[in-house]
Amino acid sequence: MPSLKDLKNRIESVKSTRKITKAMQMVAAAKLRRAQEAAESSRPYAQRFNTVMAGLAASVGGSDSAPMLLRGTGKDDVHLLVVLTAERGLCGGFNSSIAKLARVKAEELRGKGKTVKVLTVGKKGRDALKRDLGEFFVGHVDLSEVKRLGYINAQDIARDILGRFDAGEFDVATIFFAEFQNVVTQIPTAQQIIPAAFDEVEGDDSGTLYDYEPSEEAILADLLPKGVATAIFSALLENGASEQGARMSAMDNATRNAGEMIDKLTIQFNRSRQAVITNELIEIISGAEAL
Amino acid sequence: MANTMQFDLVSPERSLASFPVSAVQIPGADGDMTAMPDHAPTITTLRPGILKAEGPDGSAEFLVTGGFAQINADAMSVLAEKAIPVGEVTRAHLDDMIAEARASHQSAVDQGQHTIVDDAAKLLADMEALDTHMSL
Repeated sequence: MPSLKDLKNRIESVKSTRKITKAMQMVAAAKLRRAQEAAESSRPYAQRFNTVMAGLAASVGGSDSAPMLLRGTGKDDVHLLVVLTAERGLCGGFNSSIAKLARVKAEELRGKGKTVKVLTVGKKGRDALKRDLGEFFVGHVDLSEVKRLGYINAQDIARDILGRFDAGEFDVATIFFAEFQNVVTQIPTAQQIIPAAFDEVEGDDSGTLYDYEPSEEAILADLLPKGVATAIFSALLENGASEQGARMSAMDNATRNAGEMIDKLTIQFNRSRQAVITNELIEIISGAEAL
Repeated sequence: MANTMQFDLVSPERSLASFPVSAVQIPGADGDMTAMPDHAPTITTLRPGILKAEGPDGSAEFLVTGGFAQINADAMSVLAEKAIPVGEVTRAHLDDMIAEARASHQSAVDQGQHTIVDDAAKLLADMEALDTHMSL
């Protein structure tokens, strides 16, 4: 049975924990709104880009002259897994669910006799995968210094990946990130970026025949590297929103748990206080009776 | 016949402009071109340069680098990797861009890949021409 003083200390410490988690929740809520706005305003570019690329890819895709980024190297022996996670923890299952998806995929590929290479973006993903896949790490991108995620960050990552591709280090690249659904749901997603895969064109564009200037191949060669950067940028923004969403609901839960704990501890505290008073009374009364 | 078309300028980070225009001059990869309503559907890549959009409600100029334009009869969208309204461009922006172009040119020269060297040299020349043109 803990003493009254112990209980009191305990209650105080849980109360301050609750204050912290509450504050983190509110900060996450504010950041979530900003992250969502950023994700939203990047959407028109990504959509139009993909529409144009899908049209181009469909018309050039089959030919042998298509760029390597589109048709691949002709092999799929070496896979590069690009794992995008957060720089910070305390966001529920966000980081671990992305890491888990990457780990499962890596196991599956290794089971088929493929070589796996891992590029991590964000400290938490690297920490989570270090034990199982540490030997396959080929690089790490640190975004902890980045205050506001910009397209330039995506370009840097894309440049790194494209450099490795040109050097023939891998055949297929896949990015892992969490797609933002809403505050409670983030879906860990794997998306292949090299060779590029574009969604089928939706809408009415398919009927229009475009003049291409310069040639279709030249445009495609120019745009495919940008497509990698665009895909990474969208993934980073989705991840940013997912991270804040996950942190918000995790901290909401933590705040609620702390509240329940405080209630329980307070009841325990009051009971033991009453027990102490009763004990003292009994001692006084029995002392008086003895006289 | 319509005398305006919808013009959209988007960068990866945000949408910069969306208004009706009567003519847009864009720095196409194979030379400047002006698109007016009822233009033949065209897709062209862009070199770094100045984009001028003229509409019934006034005109706007943007510095754009890297990207492409999709032109339809009644709409035009420009997707630029970087786009800044000309009024907001500063000396520092240009210096950064030229330094970046110079660095990629240098690294291409070091690797000795001719097509990349040519591309990078062109990029650098475009940047420097832009600099002279804007004369900040």
